[in-house]
Parts: sequence; C-alpha cells; structure tokens
Amino acid sequence: MHTDLITFLLHMGDNTLILSQRNSEWCGHGPVLEQDIALTNIALDLLGQTRNFYQYAASLSGDGTTEDSLAYLRTVREYYNCLLVEQPNGDWGQTILRQFLFSAYQYPLYEKLKVHPDDTIAAIAAKALKEVTYHLRWSSEWVVRLGDGTPESHSRMIKALDNLWPYTGELFDPASYEQIAAIDSAILKTAWLDRVTAVLAEATLPLPGQTFMQSGGKKGLHSEHLDYLLAELQYLQRTYPGNEW
Amino acid sequence: MNTFIRKCYYGDIPDQKGAGTPEIHTDFTAEQWPLWEVFIRSKQGLDHKHAGSLHAADAKMAIENARDVYTRRQEGVSIWVVESKHIHATNPDEAESLYEPANDKIYRHPAFYDLPDAVKHM
Repeated sequence: MHTDLITFLLHMGDNTLILSQRNSEWCGHGPVLEQDIALTNIALDLLGQTRNFYQYAASLSGDGTTEDSLAYLRTVREYYNCLLVEQPNGDWGQTILRQFLFSAYQYPLYEKLKVHPDDTIAAIAAKALKEVTYHLRWSSEWVVRLGDGTPESHSRMIKALDNLWPYTGELFDPASYEQIAAIDSAILKTAWLDRVTAVLAEATLPLPGQTFMQSGGKKGLHSEHLDYLLAELQYLQRTYPGNEW
Repeated sequence: MNTFIRKCYYGDIPDQKGAGTPEIHTDFTAEQWPLWEVFIRSKQGLDHKHAGSLHAADAKMAIENARDVYTRRQEGVSIWVVESKHIHATNPDEAESLYEPANDKIYRHPAFYDLPDAVKHM
C-alpha cells in the first residue's frame, strides 16, 4: 500500500539513487585523479540522501520493506525518478551538465523542504542542502570552465545541452504525489531558471529555446536506459537473493 | 583514455606555467595542470599543516580538489593552496653547511634550567 507520502519519498530517493549510480560509473575513469574523487564524493553524498529517504519510506511501509529491498527489488516501472537522472553519462561535459541541471533543481527544492511540516523530511533536506550547495558550486564551475573553454569543449557542451534540455521540463511538472511537498512548482522553476540562465551566460552557452519536453519518469515510465542501469545495480541481489557481504 | 598523470614529489617539482595561462586553455590535459601544495588547518587555533599536493587548473579548482581529496574524513576547517612553483626550498646538497653547525650547540636548548615543582606544562 503506497500512500502519497511513501511514493513521494521513493521519488526523492530514486532521483538521488539513480544519479548516484550514474556518477559512480565514472569511478576509476575520471579525467584526472582529483576530479574522479570529486565526482565519486558527490555520488556518495547522493547515495546518503537516498538512504535517508528510503529508510523513512521503509519505516512507514512496515511490511518488511527495507532500504535494501527498495533499492534492489523494485522493477523499472516501480521507480519514480525523473528522466534527467537516468540519462547516460556521455562525455565528461554531459555528466557535469546533468549534475548541474539537477543540483540547480535540488537546491531550491531542499531549501523549501527544510521547513516542511514533516520533521523527518525537514531534517533530511536540511542535512542534504549543505551537500547540494557544494555540488551546485562544483558543477557550475565546470559548466563555465567547459562552456567558456576551448572551441571543442564549447561545442561539446552545446551538444550536451541539446541532449539533456528536453528532460528538464519534467522537473516542474508535478506528479500527484508531489502535493506532499507543498511547493509551488512555478516558484521552483523560476529559481532554477534564474540560476541556469546566469551560469549558462557566464559559460557563453545559449539558453535553449522552447522545445518538446519529455516526461513519464515520475509515473514510472522510463527511457530504455534505466533498464540497463537497474540490471547492473540489482544484479547481485537478483542472482543471489538475500546475499550479504 | 590517454591521459598521462605525472606524480611529483618534493624536490622534483617541474617548472610549469602558472594557472590561467592561455596554454592551459588551449590544451586541457592533466599534464599541463600545474601542481599545488595543500595546507589544512585541522581545527581552530592550530596551524595549517602541509597535507599533500594535487593538480588543478587554477586556485579555485585547487581549493575544491583539496576539499575533495584531503578533507573527506573531517580533517579540516580551513584550506590553503599555493602553487608548488612558488615554494622555494633549500638544496639538500647544502645540508652540511646549513644544519650541521647547530649539532654541537646544545646550549641553545632551554634544557639547563631548574624548574620549580609548581611550574607545570613546560
């Protein structure tokens, strides 16, 4: 039995879990050692946020559900993450841009959730906001560095923008369970767009115009990429059920 | 991935161009990112101590890299970074003339005073 509150918590945790998994794919493959560590740190921060949301959701479910069963034993249609976070890493530029677009969304979101009437949600948001502040700073600087870098890095960032922009509309198209957050999505969008506009301008990147926006992730309708991601993420528990370290 | 990372140790610091020079922007490789030395203050009131070194394109990135590489386990409350090329060091070949003359001047240590029992923490 999924109440709106539980589904909302899953949505929040799924966003961070899937992005964490994507970022962690860079572990050992970063362009330089220092940035490899930086992105892996961010992946771990996001995983920590996921655990908080899942643990709370599991405590509300009360039917033997645990944070592990939520992560490892749900099928793709039972994931409520937005489409943006499941998009493939592409090159370093696309990975950075995806992180930036998402952090710029998380920042105003957690700022609002920090004063949510549900104490647990408020506490999770307050803790996570410190991490997100750094993620946003780090990814913003990289977007500027690459956008305003060489002709090669500039053109790659434009390509990354083309690839990812159609997945940003969904962030501000609330699903029914998001009423739990009690946040006006128009306000979130304004905050997000202000930030994105400023950073893209500094990066000498054009703000994309109106385009068709993809949606569905929040309702469990995902792009093909999530199946592959989950296959890797869940392989061990699916193959050896109940196995522990 | 053809990125080549050269590790540098003390006394082996290459003479590289500074951060933010045009060369850095035209060919963005780890090889050309200058080396930075990182100093961490572990808590208020203590000195910044040398923690290690890392590569970064400029000071901003060096501080962020330092934060990610050297303060992951609550090691610090403040970070200094300085480009390695700005650190001037003594030459090991001159160690004899620089340091050995102090060896037989033990009287420079405050070891010959009788301390009253009442004085603690000396």
